[in-house]
Amino acid sequence: MHDAPTDVLTEAYPEDEYFADLLRVTGGETTEALARLVIRESTRANAWMRSYGVRFQPSLGGTLHLGRTNAFFLGGGKALMNTYYAAAEARGIRVLYNAEVTQLQLCNGKFESGQILLHGQPAEFRAKVLVVASGGFESNLEWLEEAWGPAARNFLIRGTPYNRGRVLKLLLSQGAEQVGDPTQCHAVAIDGRAPKFDGGIVTRLDCVPLGIVVNAHAQRFYDEGEDLWPKRYAIWGRLVAQQPDQIAYSIIDSKVLGRFMPSVFPAISAASIGELSASLGLPAEKFEATVREFNQAVRPGRFDHQILDGCRTDGLTPPKSHWAQPIDTPPFYGYPLRPGITFTYLGVRVNERAEVAGFSNIFAAGEIMAGNVVGKGYLAGLGMTIGSVFGRIAGREAALAAAR
Amino acid sequence: MTICNACRYCEGFCDVFPAMERRLEFSAADINYLANLCHNCAECYYACQYAPPHEFAVNVPQVFAEIRAQSYQKYAWPKYVRVNAWMAVAVGLIVVAGLAGARTAANANFYGVIPHDVMIATFGLAAVLIISVHIMGLLRFWRESGEKRPALPVLLRAARDVLSLKNLDSHGAGCTYPDERHSQARRRFHHFTFYGFLLCFASTTVAAIYHFTGRIAPYPYLSLPVALGTLGGIGLLIGPAGLYGLKRRRDINIVDTQQDGMDLSFLVLLFLTSLTGLLLLVLRQSAAMGMLLRIHLAIVLGLFLTLPYGKFVHGIYRSAALVRSVLETARGEH
Repeated sequence: MHDAPTDVLTEAYPEDEYFADLLRVTGGETTEALARLVIRESTRANAWMRSYGVRFQPSLGGTLHLGRTNAFFLGGGKALMNTYYAAAEARGIRVLYNAEVTQLQLCNGKFESGQILLHGQPAEFRAKVLVVASGGFESNLEWLEEAWGPAARNFLIRGTPYNRGRVLKLLLSQGAEQVGDPTQCHAVAIDGRAPKFDGGIVTRLDCVPLGIVVNAHAQRFYDEGEDLWPKRYAIWGRLVAQQPDQIAYSIIDSKVLGRFMPSVFPAISAASIGELSASLGLPAEKFEATVREFNQAVRPGRFDHQILDGCRTDGLTPPKSHWAQPIDTPPFYGYPLRPGITFTYLGVRVNERAEVAGFSNIFAAGEIMAGNVVGKGYLAGLGMTIGSVFGRIAGREAALAAAR
Repeated sequence: MTICNACRYCEGFCDVFPAMERRLEFSAADINYLANLCHNCAECYYACQYAPPHEFAVNVPQVFAEIRAQSYQKYAWPKYVRVNAWMAVAVGLIVVAGLAGARTAANANFYGVIPHDVMIATFGLAAVLIISVHIMGLLRFWRESGEKRPALPVLLRAARDVLSLKNLDSHGAGCTYPDERHSQARRRFHHFTFYGFLLCFASTTVAAIYHFTGRIAPYPYLSLPVALGTLGGIGLLIGPAGLYGLKRRRDINIVDTQQDGMDLSFLVLLFLTSLTGLLLLVLRQSAAMGMLLRIHLAIVLGLFLTLPYGKFVHGIYRSAALVRSVLETARGEH
């Protein structure tokens, strides 16, 4: 949130607007006190981050509609983490790498000790207080399958293969209160050709609102132009996950080339709709009919991909509310889409001091508690905001608790 | 680069990434341009999610370093030859020995060892040759870019980027060299080297003007040519020594170690040019003057001979690449 333009943000993004956005995307699956805390503290978190050497840049070239709401890290997330690790090291803090928590001993609502595998060797650790910032469970394919059924086998995981939710499970199985639903996550429709793990940002596809999306039966299934893409991209992973074989295809024509960020994978192109259906393995007649019906339903209007332009369809189910243009200018292009899981929302309940409910000396930050604020849906940059704000709160409260 | 273009998180680091984003396809000429625009600061490598051990194994600074070395060969005219620094100095020694013969002189009478006209003719000829070679290289680079002749404001803007080494500054934090931590060390030592070189050049120019206006060397310590040369000489001791020190500690993952020979010989020749020059200044009244003058001039000649085929050319092509970057930015292609 910011009330006036900053070096990297335009205009203002006031608390009430931010919260209204959050309420809309989550459908009320949030905790208002914690959500407002995150929003208010985000301004201060920004200054705090800069004091440790974190640097920001204006919104990236080719992204749309983010200049007002999102500050970008210069160099991205790895640069951010490198900066924090360097700052910690400069203050004499020792970091144990290649260490996996395998066990936590909790007794009478307190953490006492735990076991780790350090470079593969078992070791024990004790502490007066514990901060857990160990992420969700999106890389744990078995756990995803428990929640989603066999559909989970077709999910791609956008980040590290090590985010297996071990600490989350240890806490939940020993009495920590659960927030969120295991099927809720930040799931983006990414390029279906991405690697199983760690494909990251380059596998994103921003062309969904510029064309139509069909499933394996060549049918449309959702309004591609419902709202600005930064407010919609995070529902599309879920939408694709609900389709047969968890696959869909974004279809555009050459009119919209250059109006979205290029993907790392080349588009599959064809001179005609029929030829494209063959390249994509779609039923040809059905695909041609879907495109034809869509083209006939498009109402005239002034297309402008930068704003909600009102170019819509009429009498079509599902409708397309914005950016609807006939798909009629060859060559035609298709991108396969798969659900790409960025992070999961299942977590432990915390209070406004980041204290895990029921444990007086355990604090939580980041993905492991993000579900308190975002139980479903997403707003661009929210995960980083929750992580930064609650990371700072958890650290402060843990230090105070240790000093008591 | 398709990966970089789809990610874009590095675009705030330097001029390379905005230049990359202006393109959807990359010709060989584009790649040579981008490689020469890259200052090898390596920030993008340390920030990159796709750097090794990621399966995409993106390493922009190292790949560009390799392409740069190939581009030097491509633009060189006449055809690129590997000039060994020691051979060059040996040639210098032979030439100087031939010119000086067995003459000796005292009291800082340099022209008693090698007559002024002979000295001017030899080094003037070498300078003209070297400058022509560099101009040819520059023209080849520019022709490949397909750009027209840049206007003065563009050149001034680019000159500012060259003279300040803006691309090694990273918004005031300094570059990630010799390791992951930000530091201004490389930029400062490069400034010592570059401005030291310029001061020495200025010293020679002033001395030439003095000579033709009848003020014959040797000049006193506090005269303009000696003061400029001394300051420049100190810069050329500190700069190359510092750069070498950093080089020894650098992360080899971001560089092309094939070029170490080329880099090192340039640093050593600069350092020795300055060292022998300063010694000559201090000992110019002594009996060692004749020998020191021979050694100094031999090293300078050796340095001259290696310039068109050594590390020196990076300045030519990188400056030209910066001019092109300013041109493209001014056209609002981003």
